[in-house]
Amino acid sequence: MSLDRWVVCEQCDSVYTRRPLRPGEVADCARCGHHLYRHHRFDLERLLALTLATAIVFVMANVYPVVALNAQGAYNAATIWGAVIATWESGVAPVAFISALLVFFFPLSQICLFAYVLLGLRRGRRPAEFRQAMHALSLMQPWSMAEVFMLGILVAIVKLHGVMTVIPGIGLWSFAILTLLLAALTSYDLQDLWDIAEDVEAGRPA
Amino acid sequence: MSGRVVTAAEMGLIGCRRCGHVMQRPQAVEGNSCARCGAGLRWRKPQSLERCWAFLIAAMILYVPANTMTMMKTINPFNSTDDTIMSGVIYLWAAGTPELAVIVFVASVMVPIGKFIALLTLLVSVHRGSSRDRVGRTRLYRIIEKIGHWSMLDVFVVALLVALVRFDLFGRVEAGGGAICFGGVVLLTMMASLSFDPRLIWDTPEKT
Repeated sequence: MSLDRWVVCEQCDSVYTRRPLRPGEVADCARCGHHLYRHHRFDLERLLALTLATAIVFVMANVYPVVALNAQGAYNAATIWGAVIATWESGVAPVAFISALLVFFFPLSQICLFAYVLLGLRRGRRPAEFRQAMHALSLMQPWSMAEVFMLGILVAIVKLHGVMTVIPGIGLWSFAILTLLLAALTSYDLQDLWDIAEDVEAGRPA
Repeated sequence: MSGRVVTAAEMGLIGCRRCGHVMQRPQAVEGNSCARCGAGLRWRKPQSLERCWAFLIAAMILYVPANTMTMMKTINPFNSTDDTIMSGVIYLWAAGTPELAVIVFVASVMVPIGKFIALLTLLVSVHRGSSRDRVGRTRLYRIIEKIGHWSMLDVFVVALLVALVRFDLFGRVEAGGGAICFGGVVLLTMMASLSFDPRLIWDTPEKT
């Protein structure tokens, strides 16, 4: 039996033989309950479309102000970068640095790397830096925190509401959509993408 | 149950931690590279317990200044107030937004403390070679992996308030050292849980 047919649970080390699943089915480890793999519903075109949509929304979420404040005529709007810079100037550079990484650079890198990997695979071959791109994607996964920032925006709005007039901006809606799309994009199992890459290289349709 | 499960270690197999590719002897040797993705092969995460302890203890020490130091300064022409995490939660409760107070309390207090307790439980149980409720302990590990990053919430809220509330007349908000410490706590606890290898829970022999 080929080793490709085996799957090892990364949480309890149990070995199973991979078997084809019906749509919607998932395979969980019988010993520890860890999610092993799911039915392949990988469609390169669809995934690429999702990546491009995420990229567009990412730009919008960063160009337009997330919220604006109006306090009796005095007006101030904040973009995500504005928040990073203001935090830096406020004397807590480490907080600014961490926030910039977790809500700007990691999501941006994820989008770029997905686009790079998928565009290459769609042309029927592995892009030159496929390994590095895939490793970077799997390392960044736990540190990408757009959804936490989204909740942070909501908490900040409710905190200010009542004291001042809070005006939600285009950036807010864009960021909300970004959160959803990014969650959809990163819900794909990177290990499946490795399998797809092998199929694509072997000339089998993905 | 359909008999006993066989482990990769018993069969001499290693599943790559990055791409999931399964390798057999003679390739499956600690330190070799994965044939598919080139990642270093490991039977278990290296120095898992030591690294987990180190990050966890550092996080618990940093948790003290994170709670006692100022998270956020509110300055306006009439007065200025310094808020810590708990005083911020109490403020939200008193201001008539108890839902928000609960969200922030869960993310900033319950999740970090819960994570400390959970990681301590996992570490001590592995050191003692416990064979009790392995499924439950693995599930506990999965939970802390999933929810750990939500603690960053309060740090982001402070960053946003600093950016928004900057008026000459009506005052401004500044971040304090507590925000740095708390951000550090979240990063350290995440590194602690990433260092922990849940397979260690299953490696001890069954006690009869």
